[in-house]
Amino acid sequence: MASNSDAKLSTARLVTRLGLVVVAMFGFGYLMVPIYDVFCDITGLNGKTSNEVAVAPVIVDTSRTVTVEFDSTLNEAMQWDFQPDVRKLSVHPGEVKTVTYRVRNRMAQAVDGQAIPSVAPGGAAEYLKKTECFCFTQQTLNAGEEKLMPVTFFVDPELPADIRYLTLSYTFFDVTKVASNTH
Amino acid sequence: MSEATTHDAHDHHDHGPAKGLMRWVTTTNHKDIGTLYLLFSLLMFFIGGAMAMVIRAELFEPGMQVVNPHFFNQMTTNHALIMIFGAVMPAFVGLANWLIPMMIGAPDMALPRMNNWSFWILPFAFTMMLSTIFMDGGAPAAGWTIYPPLVLQTGDAFPFMIFAIHMMGISSVMGAINVIATILNMRAPGMTLMKMPLFVWTWLITAYLLIAVMPVLAGAVTMLLTDKYFGTSFFTAAGGGDPVMYQHIFWFFGHPEVYILILPAFGIVSQIIPTFARKPLFGYSSMVYASASIAFLSFIVWAHHMFTVGMPVAGELFFMYATMLIAVPTGVKVFNWVSTMWKGSMTFETPMLFALGFVVLFTIGGFSGLMLAIAPSDFQYHDTYFVVAHFHYVLVTGAIFAIMGAAYYWLPKWTGHMYNETLGKWHFWLSTITVNILFFPQHFLGLAGMPRRIPDYSVQFAEFNMISSIGGFAFGLSQLLFAYIVISTIRGGAKATDKVWDGAEGLEWTLSSPPPYHSFSEAPEVK
Ligand code: HEM
Ligand SMILES: [Cu+2]
Repeated sequence: MASNSDAKLSTARLVTRLGLVVVAMFGFGYLMVPIYDVFCDITGLNGKTSNEVAVAPVIVDTSRTVTVEFDSTLNEAMQWDFQPDVRKLSVHPGEVKTVTYRVRNRMAQAVDGQAIPSVAPGGAAEYLKKTECFCFTQQTLNAGEEKLMPVTFFVDPELPADIRYLTLSYTFFDVTKVASNTH
Repeated sequence: MSEATTHDAHDHHDHGPAKGLMRWVTTTNHKDIGTLYLLFSLLMFFIGGAMAMVIRAELFEPGMQVVNPHFFNQMTTNHALIMIFGAVMPAFVGLANWLIPMMIGAPDMALPRMNNWSFWILPFAFTMMLSTIFMDGGAPAAGWTIYPPLVLQTGDAFPFMIFAIHMMGISSVMGAINVIATILNMRAPGMTLMKMPLFVWTWLITAYLLIAVMPVLAGAVTMLLTDKYFGTSFFTAAGGGDPVMYQHIFWFFGHPEVYILILPAFGIVSQIIPTFARKPLFGYSSMVYASASIAFLSFIVWAHHMFTVGMPVAGELFFMYATMLIAVPTGVKVFNWVSTMWKGSMTFETPMLFALGFVVLFTIGGFSGLMLAIAPSDFQYHDTYFVVAHFHYVLVTGAIFAIMGAAYYWLPKWTGHMYNETLGKWHFWLSTITVNILFFPQHFLGLAGMPRRIPDYSVQFAEFNMISSIGGFAFGLSQLLFAYIVISTIRGGAKATDKVWDGAEGLEWTLSSPPPYHSFSEAPEVK
């Protein structure tokens, strides 16, 4: 009898502990989000370019040239026209350049857009830096409105020597609903 | 447990089950709950199977014939969710309920009331899941992996699917806690951990996997829910999130999950083969350590499902080698099963046939897994029918063959009746032949580049798809035979002896067939 109630007690304790593991693992699932973000930040993986304003460098490495290609995509049912004025550009690392994207809202009402940049190959993401970009803030276009949107960038001279081609890709997302929710 | 202690002075035979339907609703008896789980799983197996028939009917010929593409996608998605969470997992929990207490000499599960809850959540979860077929926008159709952003386009079904997954998760976590508590606290005196039957061992490890990863899945689907309705941006790029992040979280659950679906099967096969080879299991302790290391490694290989998302080479290499490492303990297991049979006096009753089918066909699935683990080739194979062939070899001829073997092996013990051996053998041979007609050609389709999850395909794939569909219909029909055998064995048949199989070892065979409603009220002696 006594041994039996002992077992019961320890069952209660065991179940509590296992329950805590369950709660902790639920939390761990959420924790993975910042962990991955920090991991990608440190390692520069994932083709995520930072959305921070960079300071242009002083040195220009004229000994080599890299090609930067520009790409544009619209998310889901977004009714905009969105094209870069140039498809590709040859630059020396360290050289500051500006390209413009032509954006037009084909909808009959105003739309808020947010452009998200991405760089391929992933390993080059941290070396493509922007001093000015339409992706830094949300862009609102009225019905039928057209805008030229500039991005000023340079390729960091630290870029590994084996990378000669870079693609800078932007996707415009419709954030009208999200924006009006938070306002 | 209190019942066991207060009643031990009486003859336990007069404390049978309550009468009528309420017996099943309110039961806390491990045998009743095991039966409920197993019958529920059989029902889900046929519902999920009906969906598979729709899929194979549409793929019988190129072009669109039977259903529209959106409905086709609903079928692939729900077929997988139902087979994984409704058929295979509940079948294993049902077996655990029936067998673990009898195998370790315990009177019941440690937490009988929670046991009742964990079963009765399931019918509600699956009713909710299935009802989404009739909702606006249809059932979920983004694949069982429910990747954003696609899954966020689901119609009214979306929140119902998420809550159904939450409920399935709660049910399996409660089941897992119960299994751990039972195994750790309720073993008969003398039943040390290293004397436990392998089925008990593999279930203990599976239960730990379940409590470690089901909450992670719950977290991932909750993030989807808040992304859709509450303006969070975990996976929405527009708000600074990242859809690839979802894949990392999902597969952190998903790969251990595939081992949740196979470890108990390893345990079953390790019980059946020694019985019919009439030799003890070869390398018992290496089996235990192999299972534990498979479980451990399963946490560090998840990104082999994501080789094509644009990982750096270092990541590809790490996940490639880690995945291949799992083949080592898996190989140890196959080696031990074969060595157990070596020079044994083997007989080939139906459970043994299914166990042998498992060893051969699961190994084929393991080999195609190794091919997929080679990162550079996976760029070619990923999201093709080759992957479909791989996971059906490990799941149908792996997990499900083991479950059927288990049903034949223990059915005489549970019901007290022998099943019809001739029909059982027919069922095995029909299943084995047709399952290979069904899935083997899918390897070729995948290698030739046919993508998975599509309702229509290029004419060059026509022949193999037709062969596969014919195999599919025949396999589906063969399973009706299984249902017939199980039901007729429950209802009657030749009387089974207590030991049932002359080579059987273990405490469950010391009980009568069928066992008393409360077994081992007094702890048995373990030698
Ligand atoms: C030797 C062991 C195994 C290896 C090396 C292996 C490897 C792999 C790899 C690399 C993939 C990803 C393929 C792709 O999407 O391109 C995969 C997919 C899959 N494997 Fe395995 N696997 C093994 C065993 C198993 C087992 C035992 C199960 C389950 C019982 C399983 C179930 C699955 C499933 C369900 C998928 C597909 C998931 C999906 O995309 O829907 N595998 N396997
Ligand atoms: Cu995996």
